Amino acid sequence: MHILTLDNVVKQYSNHLAVDHISFNIPKGSIFGLLGPNGAGKTSLIRIITTITAADSGEVLLDGQPLASAPPLLVGYLPEERGLYKKMKVGEQLLYLAQLKGLSEKEARDNINLWFEKFGIEDWWNKKIEELSKGMQQKIQFIATVLHKPKLIILDEPFTGLDPINTNLIKDEIHRMNEEGTSIIFSTHRMEQVEEICKDIVLINQGKKVLEGSVKDVKDQFKDNIFKIEFDGHLPSNLQSNDFRIIDDNKESLTLQINEGYDSNELLRSLLNEGIQIRSFNEVLPSLNEIFIKQVENASHE
Amino acid sequence: MNKIWLITKREYVTRVKNKTFLLTTFLAPIGFLLFFLALGFVMSRGSDDLKTIYVLDEQNLLNEELSGRDNLEFKFSKESLDELKADYAEEEFAGILQLQGIERNDIEKYDIIWHSDDQLALDESQSIERVVRRKVRDYKLKALEIDESKLESLDTRIKIVPKTILADKEVSSMTGVVGSILGGVVGYVLFFIILIYGMQVMRSVMEEKINRIVEVLISSVTPFQLMMGKVIGVGLVGLTQIGLWTILFPIIFGIGSTFFGIDSSPDMMDMANNPDIPDEVMAEGMDKIAIILREIGNMNWWMILPLLIFYFLGGYFAYAALFAAVGSAVGEDINEAQSLTLPIMLPLMFAVYIGVSAINAPDGDIVVWASIIPLLSSIVMPVRLPSDPAAWQIILSVVLLIGFVFFFTWLAGRIYRVGILMYGKKASFKELWKWIFYKG
Repeated sequence: MHILTLDNVVKQYSNHLAVDHISFNIPKGSIFGLLGPNGAGKTSLIRIITTITAADSGEVLLDGQPLASAPPLLVGYLPEERGLYKKMKVGEQLLYLAQLKGLSEKEARDNINLWFEKFGIEDWWNKKIEELSKGMQQKIQFIATVLHKPKLIILDEPFTGLDPINTNLIKDEIHRMNEEGTSIIFSTHRMEQVEEICKDIVLINQGKKVLEGSVKDVKDQFKDNIFKIEFDGHLPSNLQSNDFRIIDDNKESLTLQINEGYDSNELLRSLLNEGIQIRSFNEVLPSLNEIFIKQVENASHE
Repeated sequence: MNKIWLITKREYVTRVKNKTFLLTTFLAPIGFLLFFLALGFVMSRGSDDLKTIYVLDEQNLLNEELSGRDNLEFKFSKESLDELKADYAEEEFAGILQLQGIERNDIEKYDIIWHSDDQLALDESQSIERVVRRKVRDYKLKALEIDESKLESLDTRIKIVPKTILADKEVSSMTGVVGSILGGVVGYVLFFIILIYGMQVMRSVMEEKINRIVEVLISSVTPFQLMMGKVIGVGLVGLTQIGLWTILFPIIFGIGSTFFGIDSSPDMMDMANNPDIPDEVMAEGMDKIAIILREIGNMNWWMILPLLIFYFLGGYFAYAALFAAVGSAVGEDINEAQSLTLPIMLPLMFAVYIGVSAINAPDGDIVVWASIIPLLSSIVMPVRLPSDPAAWQIILSVVLLIGFVFFFTWLAGRIYRVGILMYGKKASFKELWKWIFYKG
């Protein structure tokens, strides 16, 4: 079952195609990375899902249901451009935003207190937003996003401006909510965070879908069969073969690429036969960052 | 609906709790009071110092009787002008009033000469002129041997008494006047309310756009709900403020007049002191006040009041929605906002000018049509209401206004929806026009 299904979604703005026939599914309970460079169409896509704008054509199913014209209550959305009422008190503000998402005042109050305890900010109820630092405001904004216990949380660059401690705090909460069954869309262009957090990704560029799949599959798809071997002792001077190509060779490690039709076990076997003392043997997978840059650059060369 | 209510509530509560609201609500009446006190002080200043004036009246025209404003003290002198002039250099008195002798009984002009280096204040000279005019008149009557009572019998008061033919209601000579003036006041008040609170709606929309909370909000509610909640919320704040003012103004002015002794109606007092106005006319003035009060009481309030409220709400909603649309279209740039509000201000100003002319002629062609056309009608029709416009005009006007309120809120909603998410794009009218037709 999918929490979100996009089928051939198109959104045209006056002079450019922001979303160009994009289709993908997000399985329930996954942490899903929506990746793309600036201006790729991520925000346009999210705005369609949250019914802030409507698609020109195509179908969007949220939890199996087509989108209504009113914003879906089962979604929590943390936009990239964040903002709160500066003069309003933290507590009242959260109460208001939660009620707009359909909670009763009591439910909202209980949930807010729960989150305040969790973040150790019980005394913030009467503080005004403008009295808080940027990072603190962001915590409040995160709470506002998840207060109504949405089934799908959409986070657009949630960690910008947060220090490492608060980043981890939010990350832990994301994981915890995910374990409780909440699906999460994580939109970013920071690849190291994606590798760390997401299981599945879709990469879009210039409005088009470029890749999709699990992080592992995507990496496998783009791997170049490169292995790195760390060793003690000396390599035989005649270590040459048609089966692999040495990319980098220094005194303690060797990086090589296996040619088609030859596998890593054979390589390892032949190295052992040479009597080399091997300390480690790793496949070097491309980072998502490299894949991302390569894909985006390819697209712009076309 | 529930969400509009939530938005309305927030808008209302944060505004009413705001310091500026409290200050303007409670300080405005006090400010007005101080303004009037200051005004009264300035007006009475200069004429309040006691002035001694020597009067030279060789013919004894005044019979040693002369009174003017309270601060003027008149002394009748037997000395010659030259002697008095010599005294003027040494003694401290304001000046010398020299009355001429009257040689003929048919003079049309009579000069009094004021010898002084200082000028008399306007009201001082007027009060002296009034008294002397009366004395000259008495002198002439005596000289011409005319009996005062005969003269009075020449005067006849003329009055047009209106009686209706088909309409079944009581009218008096004051009906039209009272109605128009009342209507004029209502029209002006509506204009200011629509302007002030419409602008507040605009600013509130701009604020949400600038601090970027709007994207969070419209992922929870539709832009239309957000806009309506805001318009209603600010409207309620407006009603609250007006309500408080109608209570506070009389209280504060009551306190003001008991403690500071404000002369509540200086014009009426002046009129009462004016010897030119015969007593009958004075009595008629008092009668008029009674008639005015009766006329106000006689008005068909059961019809006028609901209609007033309707036109207020209709006008407010139509304009506030337009202001909201403009607020959504501009960013931080207040200049841009000004140029975009111009097309909203124009009909509003136009309506006020037509409303003013409606005070004089509530059934003029332009006035009648303006009271039917939406955007103008919410100000012009209330001006006409006390003068009993034709039923078909009211009905047409009401129907059109309802239709247009829906149309304008829809139109504004379309612009608003696109505008609040549009950053860094200069909003021109062409652009706004395109937004109306954007999909989704």
